[in-house]
Amino acid sequence: MKKNFVLLITLLLMLALFSGCPRNNIHSSSDFSAVNNAENKSNSNTVSMENSKNSSQSVNSINRDDVNMDTILTTLDKSMLSEYDYSKLKNQNVTLNVCNWGEYMAVNQDDYFDVNKEFEKLTGIKVNYKTFATNEELYSKLKSGGGDYDIVIPSDYMISKMIKEGLIQKLDFDNIPNFSYIDKKFVGLEYDPENEYSVPYTWGIVCIVYNKKMVKKEITGWCDLWDDANDNNILMFNNPRDAFGIALTYLGYSQNTEDKRELEEAASTLKQQKNLVQAYVMDEIFDKIGGESSAIAPYYAGDVQTMIDENPNLDFCIPKEGTNKFVDAACIPTAAKNKEAAEMYINFLNEVQVAYANCDYLCYSTPHTGVYSLFDEKTKANPLRCPPDDYLNEKTEVFINLSDETNAYTQELWNQIKIEKSKSPWLVPAFLLISIALTFFLNIRRSRKKKQDIF
Amino acid sequence: MKSKILAVPYIVWMIIFTVIPLGLVIFFAFTTQNGNFTFSNIIAMNDYLDVLFRSIEYSVIATVICLILALPVAYLISRLARGKQGTMLMIVILPMWINFLLRTYAWMTLLEENGLINRFLGLFNLGPFNLINNSGAVILGMIYNYIPFMILPLYSVMTKIDKSVIEAAQDLGCSGFHILTKIILPLSKQGISTGIITVFVPSVSTFIISRMLGGGTNDLIGDIIEAQFLGNSYNPHLGSAMAIVLMVIVILIMSLFNQFGSEEAVI
Repeated sequence: MKKNFVLLITLLLMLALFSGCPRNNIHSSSDFSAVNNAENKSNSNTVSMENSKNSSQSVNSINRDDVNMDTILTTLDKSMLSEYDYSKLKNQNVTLNVCNWGEYMAVNQDDYFDVNKEFEKLTGIKVNYKTFATNEELYSKLKSGGGDYDIVIPSDYMISKMIKEGLIQKLDFDNIPNFSYIDKKFVGLEYDPENEYSVPYTWGIVCIVYNKKMVKKEITGWCDLWDDANDNNILMFNNPRDAFGIALTYLGYSQNTEDKRELEEAASTLKQQKNLVQAYVMDEIFDKIGGESSAIAPYYAGDVQTMIDENPNLDFCIPKEGTNKFVDAACIPTAAKNKEAAEMYINFLNEVQVAYANCDYLCYSTPHTGVYSLFDEKTKANPLRCPPDDYLNEKTEVFINLSDETNAYTQELWNQIKIEKSKSPWLVPAFLLISIALTFFLNIRRSRKKKQDIF
Repeated sequence: MKSKILAVPYIVWMIIFTVIPLGLVIFFAFTTQNGNFTFSNIIAMNDYLDVLFRSIEYSVIATVICLILALPVAYLISRLARGKQGTMLMIVILPMWINFLLRTYAWMTLLEENGLINRFLGLFNLGPFNLINNSGAVILGMIYNYIPFMILPLYSVMTKIDKSVIEAAQDLGCSGFHILTKIILPLSKQGISTGIITVFVPSVSTFIISRMLGGGTNDLIGDIIEAQFLGNSYNPHLGSAMAIVLMVIVILIMSLFNQFGSEEAVI
């Protein structure tokens, strides 16, 4: 009887597993892009005739015709390189330490352009590629002297903080001629006003991703993240800068405000929202939104594009209230050992083909004019990849580095939102003392007892 | 004399990688960014007292449940034939062959609103139940990840309990319940205290379980410490102070349970 019961349970469990299988909702973003690449490739190989027809149809992009779009995403086309002496450091055993965001460069993908391998082949410089998860993690690595990097790619506000603290050095733009490709809109932004320290790598905006089937109303902006209709279906950023940025924009204040009253107001709005929020997440969003466990969340545009490509029920909304524009840029730390090689690397990143392959892999927006002119019409019309200029000018703000007091105050408010505070200031020291005393007491008693037993 | 020489490499290792870093942590905890002596870091811990007590509460619950679950399992394994014991132990350790993060990640896909469990229950028109993003999920994650650390020490103590001792008790008319309380439990006290320490210590300082299964609303002290070093609120001094407080608690718990272990040895 018991055995039968166990058998039945096992059978049911297996059934449930099978019913779960075809949904297959777990895809890391890298998986997806690999699949995407494979598709791209098979398309371009088998239907190359059609492809050439297509590219001739897009009349206004002259560049697209000059370029072999079949192989642009697989191997380096030396004829596309700009005039630059990439071999000057060959056979000198130079190693370049690169530290970038995780999943933020086309490397180690099958049958896809590998930036680092191509660079190694071309220059004879060995690339040692590492990744970080947050700007602050990178900051602590540089600050503590633990990270021995030649290239880092932090975001806007962190760049200005690093400039202020002397953690990154001025670049020699004579060694980076491809800087001329960078769109003037991205030169000399607030975080690096003279543009002496950084070369923009990618940019994007924070927007809303939502599930068309799960939301009850049309999604228009941040107000929907405070709407009871989406109760317990909302995800929110699990970091104070982005969360406060959204709350401040929602209230109509600047995201870079240093006004305590405005920050407090934002904090109380976020506290209100906490009852509606299902979870505070960062990368977990891919599973929760992709797996349809949650309906609506704010996230970075490039990743939103990746999620939408994966799950057709998803859609995006560019918030009407305005949003944060972020720029990630390549910089060279002051402690870098191979500045010349590092500048060569930055220049290589801005070669048209390299930047295009990277951009195609990442789905983020590009500051590179050469890449933009290679985009097909569909990409150019996609507001996620290329947000309209009017919106960018009027509604978006770039984070700048805030004063230490404001950062500390924001952090304090964030802690209040997420955890309740206790009152008495001497509770912890008292608790500590008692614990230490008790520990000593126990150990002394024990050793005494042992001695007694010996005699 | 010889034995001391053999220990030298480990002692050197310990001084370089344990004692000196520990000294640095203590130094950091009691200094400001400019290197001045201060108590403010310890006092600032007050803001996180709730989190600290929550961490202790969760890990105590997890440890107790682990103990209750592990006792019968360890006992049953220790009573099996030699050959079978190896197989059973392997099954216990098997999940540990898979990366810790992946195991926790797998629970996410099981517990989600559209996860496997809710979909299975959905076949019978039950649910969906809210299984993730709450304290229960965090405690479940702790139990799942650390229960082998409870089973193994219990098992290693229980295999040493001679069958004849139990038989003798039965012969003299001891009931099943009393065999458990008067013989098995006292004889495996050492294993229980080791098991409690090996489960409690990692669970009180865990950080990724609460992030993945707690949905960011059940932050534990480990999350807060991590945020001080690698996260948004970069402040190694406060982080060190927290680490010290946590360490004191762990040492207290350890000496508490060592106490029981040694008392047993004395009797």
